[in-house]
Amino acid sequence: MKSHDKTSLLIHGGHVIDPAARIDAPMDILLKDGRVAEVAAPRKIKGADSRFDARGLIVAPGFIDLHVHLREPGQQHKETIATGTAAAATGGFTSVCTMPNTAPVVDSVEWVTWLRQSERGAVVSVFPIAAATRASKGAVLTDFAALQTAGAVAVTDDGKPILDDRVMREALILGGELNFPVVQHAEDTRMTADCSMHAGARSFRLGLRGMTAAAEASIVERDVQLAMQIPNARLHVAHVSTADALKALRRGKRNKSRITFEVTPHHFTLSDEDMRDYDSNYKMNPPLRSPADREAILAALADGTVDAIATDHAPHAHHEKEMEFERAAFGIAGLETALALAITRLHVGKRVPMGRIVELFTSGPVRCFDLRGRGSLVRGSFADVTIFDPKRKWTFDASKSLSKSKNTPFDGWQLTGKVMATIVGGKIVYTA
Amino acid sequence: MNAARGSLLGIEHLEAAEIMKILKLARRMNPDRPRPLLKGRRVVLLFYEASTRTRSSFEIAAKALGAHTVLIQASGSSIEKGESLLDTGYTLRAVGADAIVIRHPNAGAPQVMAQHLDVPVINAGDGLHEHPSQALLDAYTILRNKKSFKGLQVCIVGDIFHSRVARSACHLLSKFGVKVILCGPPELVPDIATTIAPGVRVTRHIEDALRGTDVVMLLRVQKERLAGMKIDLPEYIARYQMTPARLKTAKKDSIVMHPGPIIRGLELTSEVADGAQSRILAEVQNGVPTRMAILARAMGRMR
Repeated sequence: MKSHDKTSLLIHGGHVIDPAARIDAPMDILLKDGRVAEVAAPRKIKGADSRFDARGLIVAPGFIDLHVHLREPGQQHKETIATGTAAAATGGFTSVCTMPNTAPVVDSVEWVTWLRQSERGAVVSVFPIAAATRASKGAVLTDFAALQTAGAVAVTDDGKPILDDRVMREALILGGELNFPVVQHAEDTRMTADCSMHAGARSFRLGLRGMTAAAEASIVERDVQLAMQIPNARLHVAHVSTADALKALRRGKRNKSRITFEVTPHHFTLSDEDMRDYDSNYKMNPPLRSPADREAILAALADGTVDAIATDHAPHAHHEKEMEFERAAFGIAGLETALALAITRLHVGKRVPMGRIVELFTSGPVRCFDLRGRGSLVRGSFADVTIFDPKRKWTFDASKSLSKSKNTPFDGWQLTGKVMATIVGGKIVYTA
Repeated sequence: MNAARGSLLGIEHLEAAEIMKILKLARRMNPDRPRPLLKGRRVVLLFYEASTRTRSSFEIAAKALGAHTVLIQASGSSIEKGESLLDTGYTLRAVGADAIVIRHPNAGAPQVMAQHLDVPVINAGDGLHEHPSQALLDAYTILRNKKSFKGLQVCIVGDIFHSRVARSACHLLSKFGVKVILCGPPELVPDIATTIAPGVRVTRHIEDALRGTDVVMLLRVQKERLAGMKIDLPEYIARYQMTPARLKTAKKDSIVMHPGPIIRGLELTSEVADGAQSRILAEVQNGVPTRMAILARAMGRMR
């Protein structure tokens, strides 16, 4: 891991929102030796090597993204850990959890260790999620215990859902014994062959085969059922996109099972009706759903059901996207627009309190995976801080993105809420 | 970036007046009396998918207007070597193509190409999406048999879901206020199909579809596009095959159309295919003047 800054930094004049510590007030924060040294009323902390003037800004625990594709090892033409984490810092993320569907698949202790080495050039903290089955083939479980010890924070076969009931049950049992979350990309791929968008009026008109909401909901229902039967099982459902899947998740949560889930900014912002015809910057998996699904997600974000906002940042090179829609790669970049979309859509649009939004990026994610010492600014925590201006209007210019790839439907969007500084381990890694 | 003027990517975004303009022009086109409107122009026929009717009639149409044609098919070209759609497009443009007629198995491929090229792109059928020249020649055929679109009822029977012909026909007919009835089993005619355009409805019963109908359009069950869908063919034949007896339910002066290729004994019997009401070969014939009009329009020779 990276070395911590030895000098002290005082963030003063800002408004601290730390949902885990129930703080929502003007406070100053002293960071020292890579940790939070003190949180106190304004002007109470004296003496610091350097100061950051946060007047008019919100000071929050460093944001955590549970779902990013940094494309290493093996797909450096799309993204690298260095470029992806630079984009993460721009978006206010101080920790990112990387998906294992790389080339090769991250299914071994060696690759988990490799991902965490400082030579990768990470600007923010990288937490690997390892494959749940060997080569993500869905048949034989990986060595969960060894992967966990090596630093993996969860297991998943993201993009290749675990369809076999027996394998999923085994994964949840073993994960339960180790207190290790199993992340599912919920899609019954037997129902989605050759599909490139959501099944609905729009897909019919465009002549594109559509993925039904049932293909997602049926897997979520099965997994929730399994999780309710297995003591201590930890199920985390990735990028939930449909109202039907939400229903199953609400049932599981009422049952007090250890079930968590994330939603993405694009699923709460856009629907299939917003797609520009055959523009592959609107192609991702799960696809943009119906407006009714989007409304259901917005409601679940507001009422506390959703645990976390995760970007599913999925960079692809130009030549992998600019082609026939059906053949183009699934996925869009998302790190640099996540907070602004949340503020624009949820806070400005739906009056969701800022505290709830911060929760979805901080204490919420920590509830999903065990990222000890993060997601809060209580004394002794890692000195990871995200400072943003909740009112600042700006225009996103994809061509200026630090990610290697520019595949986003939000290019040119006017957004509200801008990250002004990102601090990792007490060190400022990004300023606007 | 927008498509070049004269492109024909689909019927959906064409206005009724523009459609009538093309049909009027088609009426003045006669393949037996060539007009060198496109003398010296180069029309590339880029076919990623098999075709008999569409390809030959575009080729004959282009030649009747004095244009050179070059046929490029997926097999035997650089496409086989993995060249991308856009690179193929740039190459053809560099070689001097003045217009590209493209057939492609993926919906939207002509649009993607048109957005990157400065020459008109003509969609000769893209995946399940649209087949605008077929809809135009069908409209031409209907107008040769019926006075106008006014008050007409058209039923389309068969595999609507996999049919770009049906999608284009629905858009076109709807723009002229024609009542369109889609008929077939739910697997092939999903209820969502009614959302494609105003005035489109769905029925599962062939008699319901035929009653009061002026034009009976039949479609082939596209086995190659079913993608694992199970269709009980004997059941399909029992419920939807067009027979002389069934055809009696439609208006007396109704006509039977089919974009081809027809499968005798499946979606229709030979008696219907070869019967007095059939306009199946007339459609093929009408394809040439219609495509002459489309090509003339593409290269700015509307007069």
